[in-house]
Amino acid sequence: MKSAPAAAEQGRERRSPERPRPFRTISLRPIDRLYTPDDVRGVDYPRDLGDPGEFPYTRGIHATGYRGRLWTIRQFSGFGTPEETNERYRHLLRAGGTGLSVAFDLPTLMGRDPDHELSRGEVGKCGVNVASLADMETLFSGIDLGSITTSMTINSPAAMILAMYLVVAEKQHASWQTVSGTIQNDILKEFIAQKEYIFPPRPSMRLVTAVFAFCAEHVPKRNTISVSGYHIREAGATAAQELAFTLRDGVEYVQYGIDAGLDVDDFAPRISFFFNAHSDFFEEIAKYRAARRIWARVMRDRFKATSPRSWQLRFHTQTAGVSLTAQQPYNNVARTALQALSGVLGGTQSLHTNSLDEALALPTAEAATLAVRTQQIIAHETGVANVVDPLGGSYFVEKLTNDLEAEALAYFDTIDRLGGMVEAIERGYPQKEIAESAYRFQQAVETREQIIVGVNDFVAEEEEPVGILHIDESVAARQVARLDRLRASRDGARVRQTLDALKGGAQGTANVMSLLLDAVRAYATIGEMCDALREVWGEYEEDPVI
Amino acid sequence: MNRTIRVVIAKPGLDGHDRGARVIARALRDAGMEVIYTGLRQTPEQIVGAALQEDADVIGLSILSGAHMHICPRIMELLREKGLQDVLVVVGGIIPDVDIPALNEMGIRGIFLPGTRTQAIVDFITAHVRPRVESI
Repeated sequence: MKSAPAAAEQGRERRSPERPRPFRTISLRPIDRLYTPDDVRGVDYPRDLGDPGEFPYTRGIHATGYRGRLWTIRQFSGFGTPEETNERYRHLLRAGGTGLSVAFDLPTLMGRDPDHELSRGEVGKCGVNVASLADMETLFSGIDLGSITTSMTINSPAAMILAMYLVVAEKQHASWQTVSGTIQNDILKEFIAQKEYIFPPRPSMRLVTAVFAFCAEHVPKRNTISVSGYHIREAGATAAQELAFTLRDGVEYVQYGIDAGLDVDDFAPRISFFFNAHSDFFEEIAKYRAARRIWARVMRDRFKATSPRSWQLRFHTQTAGVSLTAQQPYNNVARTALQALSGVLGGTQSLHTNSLDEALALPTAEAATLAVRTQQIIAHETGVANVVDPLGGSYFVEKLTNDLEAEALAYFDTIDRLGGMVEAIERGYPQKEIAESAYRFQQAVETREQIIVGVNDFVAEEEEPVGILHIDESVAARQVARLDRLRASRDGARVRQTLDALKGGAQGTANVMSLLLDAVRAYATIGEMCDALREVWGEYEEDPVI
Repeated sequence: MNRTIRVVIAKPGLDGHDRGARVIARALRDAGMEVIYTGLRQTPEQIVGAALQEDADVIGLSILSGAHMHICPRIMELLREKGLQDVLVVVGGIIPDVDIPALNEMGIRGIFLPGTRTQAIVDFITAHVRPRVESI
C-alpha cells in the first residue's frame, strides 16, 4: 500500500507527466527532478563552504568577489606572422581587452622551425609562428610587458618560449620582478589529451620544475603553470573527469616540485588552473566550486602548505570549442554567452569567449570583437557581478558540488594506487577513460538522446555561409625567408656554443633555464634548442591503441 | 565472399587532437570493418606505406589544422605512384567550403565536416569502396 504523500505524488505525476527522455547533464550524469534539504544534509557551512575568501574557498577566493575586481577578459589569439598577430593584439587592447593570450602555431608548439619538413602547411595556421627571439620582439612590439599580463599557451617548449619572453622584457627594460602573466607549461595534459608532446614524460617534468624553480627566484609574479582541464574536456572527458584529472595533475606537479627540493609555499602560489566552460550550466558551476574546495584541502592536508595563497585555486576559463557547430554558426553566440555566464557564476579569474566562426576557421576580427562584447554585457548589464557566489546554498548546486568532488576524489585514489599521474599516463589510464566518454557522448548524439541544435534537431535546409578568416599561404614563405636572414646575420659560433652548453646541462642535472636564456640571447631558434634536447632525451611516441 | 573492409585511419601533420580520429576508428570497427589506426604525426609517405602494407581499401584522414591542401595532394600523388588509385580516400575535420571542389577534383569524394553522424561515414564507405573478393 502506498503512503498518502506517495499517492498524492503519483496523482500529480499523472496530471503533469515528465517528457519521455532521460534527464541528464551533457556529461550523461542523471539528474533528479527536485533537490531538497535532504540532499545537502551533512553539509557544514564553515567546514565545507565558508564565506568567500575563507577556507576551503568553495564560494570563492576573494571576500569581495567581482566587486573588488572584475575578471580579466583574456582572448586567446594568434595567427600568421608575428607582425599580423601584433596588429591583432593592438586591436584587442583598443577594444577593451585587459590581457593578452598568445596562440602559437603547431610548428612552434612542437618545437620545429618553419623550414622543417614536418612544418609544411602548418606555419601560422593555428596560431602565430615564433621561431626565435627576433619573432618574439616583433610580436610584442609597442606593447609594454611591464604593464599588461600575458598568457602563453605553450607546453613542451614552454621553457624556451618563456626564455624568449623574458629577454624581450629585459630589452624593454621591464624588470623580471614585475613581469606577470601565465605560461601554460602543463605537459601532463598533453600526454593525456592534446598530444602535443616532444620529450618523454620524465624529462618533460624536469623542464616543468626547472621553470618553477627559476621563476620562484627570478620572476616571482609570473604564474609558472596553468594546469589545464580545458583540453581534457575537449578530448571528450566528462565534467567529473576534467575536474579529477586536472587537479590530480596539479598534485603531481606539486609533488615533483617538492621532490626537486622546493618549498611548497615558495612555488604553489604561482600554480594556476584553466577549466572549460561547457554547455551544462549548473554542472559547470558546481565543477568550479568543487575544484576550489578540493585544492584547498589537498594543499593544506596532503602537502602541509601553510600559506593561504598556496590553498587558493585561481583559474582561467574558456568556453567549449567542441560545443561550437559549423551548422548555423550564429547559434554559437548564444552557446558561448551561456557558457561564459557559468564561468562567471563559478568565480573565474579570467575568461576567454570563443567566436561564432571557430568551428569553421580561426576567428575574423568582427567575430572576435563580438566575443569580447559578450563578456562586457555579462560584466556590466546582467548584474551577476554584484553578488559573490550567488548560487551558493542552492540545494541542487551544493549537491552537484558534493557529487563532483566525490567522483574526483575516487579518481585520485585510483591514480594514487597506480603510483601517480606520470605512471597512470604511461599505462594509458586517463587516455582510455576519456576515449570511452567521448565515444559514449557521440553515441548519445547519434541516438538523439543528446540534442545539438542545428545538428541533430532544428536543422536548417539552406544555410547562409559566414565570412571566414583565410590564412595567407605566403606566411610560411615569409617566415622561412625571415629565418634565413636571421641565420645569416647572427653569430653562428656563439649559437653553437650555447647549444652545446644546453646539451651538456641536459645530460647532467642542471636547471636548464639559464642555459636556454643564453641560447635565446644568441638567437638560437626553437627548433635548434629542442633538437639539442631531443638528442639527449629522445622523443615520445604514444602507443596508437583504439 | 566479400571480405571485411580494411581501413587505415591516419592523423597527418603536427596536430595532436585525435578525438575525432579515435571516435571514427571505433565506430568503423563497431560497424564490422577492420581498422588500423596509425597514431599521430604521420607523413604522407608513412600513411601510404601503411595502406600498402595493410592492403587497405580505405584511407581515412583526420585534419583539423588547416594543412589539408598540402597533405591531401601529396597522398593522392603517392597513391598513384604506388598503383593504389583504387584505395578510397576520405577526409574528416575542419575543411572550409571553398576547398571542397579542389579536394573532389583530386579524387577525394568523401569529405566529412563537424557534426557528421558516424553512421553517415559508415554508409559512404560501404557504398563507395571498390568491390573486392577474397583471393583464396
